[in-house]
Parts: sequence; C-alpha cells; structure tokens
Amino acid sequence: MKRIYLDYAATTPVGPAVKKAMVPFFSERFGNTMSIHSFGQEAKLALEEARETVAGLMGAKPNEIIFTGSATESNNLALKGIIFAKLIVHKNQRSSISMDGLHIIISAIEHPCIMETANWLEKQGIKITRIPVDKEGLVNPLDIKKAITKETVLVSIIHGSNEIGTVQPIKEIGAFIKNANHKLKTKIYFHTDAVQSFGKIPIDVNKMNIDLLTTSSHKIYGPKGAACLFVREGVKIEPILHGGGQEDGLRSSTVNLPAIVGFAKACEIAKKGMGEESQRLIRLRDKLISKILKIPNSHLIGSKNNRLPNIVNFWFPFIEGESLVIQLDLKGIAASTGSACSSMKLEPSYVLMALGLRPEQAHSSLRISLGRQTKESDLDYLNDNLSKIIKKLREISPYGK
Amino acid sequence: MANNAYSEKVIEHFRSPHNYGKIENPDGIGKVGNVVCGDVMFLYIKVEKDAIKDIKFETLGCAAAIATSSVVTDLAKGKTIKQALKLDNSAVIKSLGGLPLIKIHCSLLAVDALQEAIYDYLSKNKKPVSEKLKKAHQRAQKSLKS
Repeated sequence: MKRIYLDYAATTPVGPAVKKAMVPFFSERFGNTMSIHSFGQEAKLALEEARETVAGLMGAKPNEIIFTGSATESNNLALKGIIFAKLIVHKNQRSSISMDGLHIIISAIEHPCIMETANWLEKQGIKITRIPVDKEGLVNPLDIKKAITKETVLVSIIHGSNEIGTVQPIKEIGAFIKNANHKLKTKIYFHTDAVQSFGKIPIDVNKMNIDLLTTSSHKIYGPKGAACLFVREGVKIEPILHGGGQEDGLRSSTVNLPAIVGFAKACEIAKKGMGEESQRLIRLRDKLISKILKIPNSHLIGSKNNRLPNIVNFWFPFIEGESLVIQLDLKGIAASTGSACSSMKLEPSYVLMALGLRPEQAHSSLRISLGRQTKESDLDYLNDNLSKIIKKLREISPYGK
Repeated sequence: MANNAYSEKVIEHFRSPHNYGKIENPDGIGKVGNVVCGDVMFLYIKVEKDAIKDIKFETLGCAAAIATSSVVTDLAKGKTIKQALKLDNSAVIKSLGGLPLIKIHCSLLAVDALQEAIYDYLSKNKKPVSEKLKKAHQRAQKSLKS
C-alpha cells in the first residue's frame, strides 16, 4: 500500500546529507568535547563549527547558542532559567524578592512544554498571565502591553503554532517590549518558541528584538536529541542541569555531538533551500486548502494569511477526529487531530478551544502538515480519500444528514 | 495495516461497521453520550415476539466507539429481550479481542445504548421494567445532560 506522510509538524525524516555528516562522529571522531587531548579537541572544534552554523540561521552570535537535548528542555531552561536568575540576583543584593513578586506573560496557545512549565511555576507562586487569541489564533500585541506590570520578567510567545500553523507578530511584540523596557526602565526579556517556524520562515533575533529563542533539530530534517536555546549576550539565566559545566555552564551533560552536527547540517540545508522550498509548500498548501474547503461543511482553522508554509488544520462537523485519523491511516495517510479521544487526557485541544471552538468542533479537527517529500499527487490522494471518509463517517453519525 | 492501540477486530469493525444506519419507526430508541465529550450513540431496535428482530446504530465517536456500537448490534441481534439485557461490556470487549484501557468507557456506552433502547421499548409498550434497568436508565439520562 501507498504510504504518505503528512505529519511533518510531529517530526521529519533525517535527510541523507545529514546522516552522512553525522556518521564520523559515532566511531571515528567520537571524543568528548571536554577532553584536552586531540580526540576531545577535534570534537570541540566540530561543536563550535556547528554552533556557528546554527547561530547563522537566526542572526545570532555563536556564543549565544546553547545546545540542549530537546525543545522541551530549551523551553524549560528559558522559563525556569530566567526566574531562578532573578531570584538569585535579588538574594545576592540582599533585597527581598520571592516567587510571587515575579510575573511571566505567555499566550493561551503555547506548546505544552511552555504551558506545563508555566503551570508548574504558577504552583511555586509565580504570577502567570495567559494572553487570549482571536478567532484566527492571533495574539494582539496591545494585550501584551496591557498585561505588563512592574513584576513582569519574561514574555514568551510561540512563533508558529504547532497545531494551527498561525504565525504570531513576533517583530511587533518584540518592538512593544523594547519600548516598555525603555519607558519603565526595566528589563523584561522576550522569549519565543520558534520550533515550527525555524528554518521555514526568516528569523532574525536582532531585527525581531528577541532575547531567547527555542529551536529543534528534528523538525527540520535533523536527528532527534538535539535542540538549542538562543540566549542573548548579557541575559542572565540559571542552568537547570548542574554538573560538568558544558555549554558555558548553562547545560551540563556530555555533548551529543553526532546529533548536534546533524542539526547544524540540517540548518545549512534549510538555509540554502528556504526561499524556494517555502514557496513550493505555500503553493501546495493553498491548493490543498481550497480543495478541502470544497468538501461539504468543512472549515479552516486559524489565519488564512499569517500561516506557516506547511501546517493546515480543519474541522468537519458531525464526525470525530480520531476516527478520521485512523481511517486515513488505513489508507496509508499519516495526519493528526486535536480530538480528546486521541489524547491521553481525554480533553479536546486547549489551543483549538482558545480560538473559540466548541469541544465538539475541536473533536472533529484534522491537522495536515506538509514537508520536503510532499508532492502534489500525494495531496490529490489525500483529498480523494478524505472526502470519501468524511462522507462515510457522516453516514455512520447520528448528525449531519 | 495494524494500529498499535487497537486490536485487529476493532479495526475490522471500524473499517466496515455492521448494522449502521437508522430504522424507520423503531420499537425502541436508545440515545446516550453527548457531543461535548465526543461520543454519541443512537441505537434503534425492532422487536418481534419478544426478540430483537432488527437493530441499527448511528454513532459519532472514535474508532472504539464505532467498533463497540457495531459489535453490540451483532451480539444483540436475534436475542430475546431477556437475553439482550444480560449483555455487558465484558462481552463486547471480548468480542473485540480487547480494548485499550482508555477506551473501556466506549464499551460501557454501547451497552448503555442497548439498554436504553430496550427500556424505551418496554416502557412504550407498558411492559414491566426491572429496578436494575430503571437505574441504568436514570444513569444514562444523567450522562446525556452532563
């Protein structure tokens, strides 16, 4: 049977050039980057080269890149690292500040690794504001401005949504925060989770006034197990992993060099092809949207214009998303859903609910994410099967006839 | 293709469900679940000589909800009312070769739908309804509203 992968937002396959770049670092150039002998120094050299490449794709300096093991780790480090640094600074100055004197602003549609970290910090006493989004899933920068208080230390807004593909006005938000800092004579840091957007749309940490930024290797055809956190020079964060002092003391752990080298190679390839590949995906995406919207009673979720080149999400009344995903899987097509039945929590996606979708609408959602291997004929195959499957599931459903 | 979470039997029923659709002028209808939770089952029965002559379902729900609906109609078809009332969710799960833990509630829902259809038939025809069935009915009505 034909197998068509349309879940690139979940993860991507490692390309042959990336694999090839990684190979020597398993058994030949296997040294520990902390060793002072030639094996270690070779490894260290490769690590620093990789750092330069990754930094280059976001306009950062190499010394501003901290390699981590996953985007989840990077996002945890960003939030907890900033909070703990604030607490320690105050302790050293012998001025009193406690958890409840610190405030973080996030959006209502962050990835679970921001959401759950914020929830945990909230339990420790930190104040958290969750900025709502409009029907298209967009944050209004004015709402962030209004939410800023004297206690605000960090604003963290996701760049491209993993669920709905909506791209937030990060540049505008960055400018707002810069102004607020100027006016309030304070320093609120701006973090963005750019896992889905990095390597797909241009990012410049300076032009966008970003202080911290999270990216991940396995979303851009690199291996799993490598990610990074950009931390602007001068921004103080505390590590969450303590030990041998790797990554400038901010992320102790033996460096996973093969994965990092693969990550850097993936960045290099993404940089070369970004313009062209994004244009190709946008063409495919828009064709797919107009085709799927021809299915009776089908609805696009998220913004039509401010959207990543490769993520679309729809809802189809009177059916349930897990059924839809498994029917597609039986036809060899891999996609995903925000339905409760597909989650371990049996709750519909909070991201979709934040857009104002009712639970039954969120249950009927389907996310399709395109990638490098996606051809137009794949999307035709998807569309043919999707309309048949939706028709059949609606026949089985008590509603929608 | 195998789906890790579900048995082959579940996938089989889900791929081609048995007895789906509506019965015009049914003798009993059972409606359970609600759209907010994501699972709704309508179950229709036609009764002749105290036996379930025909049975059909309409379900909005996940693969497990559709498969359990399909299997419960298979199990109940041709049975007397008394026999059908004895069906419980373990019979449904067994016929499906197991269900993931998180989906057990779907099998309960399917049995509730059947009992509700029988309750509807019995009360419409002024036939005696057991205490147990009355209680099941109250429970199902409650879940409908929650």
